[in-house]
Amino acid sequence: MSTYTNEQVAHLVEGTLDWETTFRMLSMPKDNSRFKQYVEALQKKVSFKDRIVLPLGPHLYIVQTDRKQWVTKCDCGHEFCDYRENWKMHAHIYVRDTEEAMTEVYPKLMAPDTQWQVYREYYCPSCGALHDVEAPTPWYPVIHDFEPDIEAFYKEWVNLPVPERAA
Amino acid sequence: MNMMTPNETGFADLLKNGQTLKQFRDGIIERTQKTGHYNGLEKLELRDADPIGYEKLFSKLRGGLVHARETAKKIAASPIVEQEGELCFTLYNAVGDCVLTSTGIIIHVGTMGAAIKYMIENNWEANPGINPGDMFTNNDCSIGNVHPCDIATIVPIFWEDRLIGWVGGVTHVIDTGAVTPGSMSTGQTQRFGDGYMITCRKTGVNDTPLRDWLHESQRSVRTPKYWILDEKTRIAGCHMIRELVEEVIRADGIEAYEKFAYEVIEEGRRGLQSRIKAMTLPGKYRKVSFVDVPYKHEDVQVSNAFAKLDSIMHSPCEMTIKGDGKWRLDFEGASRWGWHTFNAHQVAFTSGIWVMMCQTLVPTQRINDGAYFATEFRLPKGTWCNPDDRRTGHAYAWHFLVSGWAALWRGLSQAYFSRGYLEEVNAGNANTSNWLQGGGINQDGEIHAVNSFEASSCGTGACAVKDGLNHAAAIWNPEGDMGDIEIWEMAEPLLYMGRNVKANSGGYGKYRGGCGFETLRMVWNAQDWTMFFMGNGFMNSDWGLMGGYPSATGYRFEAHKTGLERRIANGESLPLGGDIDPSAPTYEHNIDATAQVKRDKQCMTTEDCYANHDLYLNYLRGGPGFGDPIDREPAAIEKDLNERFLLPEYAGKVYGAVFSQDAKGTYTVDAAKTRARRAEMRKERLARAVPVREWMKEERERILNKHASTAVQHMFATSFALSEKFTKQFKDFWNLPADWMVSEDELGVPSYGSKHRMDLSLMPDVTTVVQVEE
Repeated sequence: MSTYTNEQVAHLVEGTLDWETTFRMLSMPKDNSRFKQYVEALQKKVSFKDRIVLPLGPHLYIVQTDRKQWVTKCDCGHEFCDYRENWKMHAHIYVRDTEEAMTEVYPKLMAPDTQWQVYREYYCPSCGALHDVEAPTPWYPVIHDFEPDIEAFYKEWVNLPVPERAA
Repeated sequence: MNMMTPNETGFADLLKNGQTLKQFRDGIIERTQKTGHYNGLEKLELRDADPIGYEKLFSKLRGGLVHARETAKKIAASPIVEQEGELCFTLYNAVGDCVLTSTGIIIHVGTMGAAIKYMIENNWEANPGINPGDMFTNNDCSIGNVHPCDIATIVPIFWEDRLIGWVGGVTHVIDTGAVTPGSMSTGQTQRFGDGYMITCRKTGVNDTPLRDWLHESQRSVRTPKYWILDEKTRIAGCHMIRELVEEVIRADGIEAYEKFAYEVIEEGRRGLQSRIKAMTLPGKYRKVSFVDVPYKHEDVQVSNAFAKLDSIMHSPCEMTIKGDGKWRLDFEGASRWGWHTFNAHQVAFTSGIWVMMCQTLVPTQRINDGAYFATEFRLPKGTWCNPDDRRTGHAYAWHFLVSGWAALWRGLSQAYFSRGYLEEVNAGNANTSNWLQGGGINQDGEIHAVNSFEASSCGTGACAVKDGLNHAAAIWNPEGDMGDIEIWEMAEPLLYMGRNVKANSGGYGKYRGGCGFETLRMVWNAQDWTMFFMGNGFMNSDWGLMGGYPSATGYRFEAHKTGLERRIANGESLPLGGDIDPSAPTYEHNIDATAQVKRDKQCMTTEDCYANHDLYLNYLRGGPGFGDPIDREPAAIEKDLNERFLLPEYAGKVYGAVFSQDAKGTYTVDAAKTRARRAEMRKERLARAVPVREWMKEERERILNKHASTAVQHMFATSFALSEKFTKQFKDFWNLPADWMVSEDELGVPSYGSKHRMDLSLMPDVTTVVQVEE
């Protein structure tokens, strides 16, 4: 199994890791210590003090607050909701459901017909970061993408103590 | 006197153990279910006792399979096989479970296994008999094949008169004699128009193809020359592998070989489980994808009025990764199959998925049926991925399969991202289209059919640390290759007027999807020539990931009565290169003003006539993007502008780039001004957005008023009719009244097949093989 330095993992997070190491990461068996190094690298990047429990996206995390609650949080500091809820329900949304809205971002003919499909852009209500773009039909429920089993992951998969969580 | 031979019926004792093949297979299934280990193999005796010998066996067999593929493909004349590598050889144990496979279109790990299992379950050993030197041919989509153009030759392997396994070889042929040419055609709506269909037929004895088969099969397709050379390819490869197995047994002994042929499957099962545990994260992942089926348009000409409607394929997937590393893929809520050629058999789904997984979760040589045994599949009966009617068409099942798997890319990539394996993240795959197909009399004066495999090189999805690859790959064949222009021009009466990277085709993002490409083809030296389009247009099947945008959708361009013959003779301007910006098209300025042009989103058509000097744009799609586009590095935007991968207008609108262009046409992005512009864009986003719950109130009103296109309502109606669970989830989410419902009856579109259906299993003397939870 390969191992990587904290500096290499930090470069991976920044997108500045050299190709040779990136290729090694792709081709060699996975390094089980990555998660710990990854969270440490991310923790240094964010401006908030809450402990990162699980990264969800480039600007989105499940964190442990000072009250030991697990919440979904934007890296600007905005708290969406309890980690078990769908954060999208607490986001702001812009729906591209007209041809004009679609051709603002795609050349003519290269976007969907909005009678068939719309693009839903989910923004952080505080900083305007675009956390997700859904591309469903009209009427489609807001999708709850991911419900991680964090306890099992920490305890049984990466052998780390589970961060405390207030009941 | 007509004396009957005793060879045709009775117990063949092929295994020399007193059991029929079915009894033997039932025992394996029982031991697997009882213990959770394939064939009850809680210990891998051979591997544990002699790990080096085990690995040597593995390497000899795997190497031989790859060698056979590489050698045999040189026999083929079809560029699909010889250039694109659309073939694969697979070794099975006696019950049709895959031991090892070659490189290539490894979707067939399970499809040929399903054919072998069908022969076992339906007592082929008694009739027509299974003997050394036999060859069986199968392409039947109702028992597990993906689409009819994948023709499989299956050869039993005997050792000292005892059946010990099978070898199968498959090639994607250029034409199957369907209603329309091209092997994956759109003109038919049912199996009965899908082309020549062969159900595990004995087509050879004593290593020699039967003459009735040779005569019948070659005249049943449009391209007999390619057909017969493809068959020779398959036979040669199968026989090479059979000899290889004999050599291995002579060297290592039959006992070791047979132990290996079962232990390696259990090892594969364990391998997937440990790989899941090493790379992903337990939990539930929910993703969905869609495909437009715009059949109402006048350019879709089919023989059935009941097929003339616009509909949508719906593929919701709940992926559950369990604490022990097992996983379950549940497609509850999927829409019903339809009267088109995009339906998929359950095995096409469960087997095909490994062609995708070997590009992400299990990028190893050890692909076999072990992965199947480590996975729980739930494909509800009656859906597009498990039809309950024996009439369904499957000629381009890939259209739905590839799109259905797009959701899996995103689910797995969420896991990789959260765990920190950013290098593995892939936002998805391109919708691998357009498919240029057609036929007629070619430049050599022969009846011909074409199916351009340029789609083997679409853009790939963006990663979390880099852009997707441009014009590089297709999900269904890990060896992406667009093919040489010179070879395609020999195979098709279509000259290249351009082959360009397609600007803006890759989905936007911090890391963008790989761009697709486009080729402009001019019909040349053909007679009575036809072509058609097949791809996505009104919808996108590939979403972006974590703020990335989906890739661009398709569109079609074709031109007739172009005046190009005269324009070439006179040295006038010609349409050359790419359709750079479809908002400001230029091809039309370089053909006669009176030309008949079709430029729209109708990317699904049926066979239409093309004269010499007519034009056809083959646009191959890009991959989806990753991350918020306003996080993209200015230098990357600058590079895209200068390489013409991004139209300048969208560098500003999407990426917030502030840039200038010098006298030589070189773009420079101003990083400081771009930063400032992006801060403004964040404010603009919030100004136009509303809280999700506010928007939901409006959307709920639209649902209550049934305000949506008929195609959208039809999709929900077919999913509701098949799934109470999905209906309940939908109604609960929108808090709809108990009596709210949408049904097909109320939509005013044909609903043929919505109530009355007949499954293949209801036919007399047929036992179907069910390999999923239904």
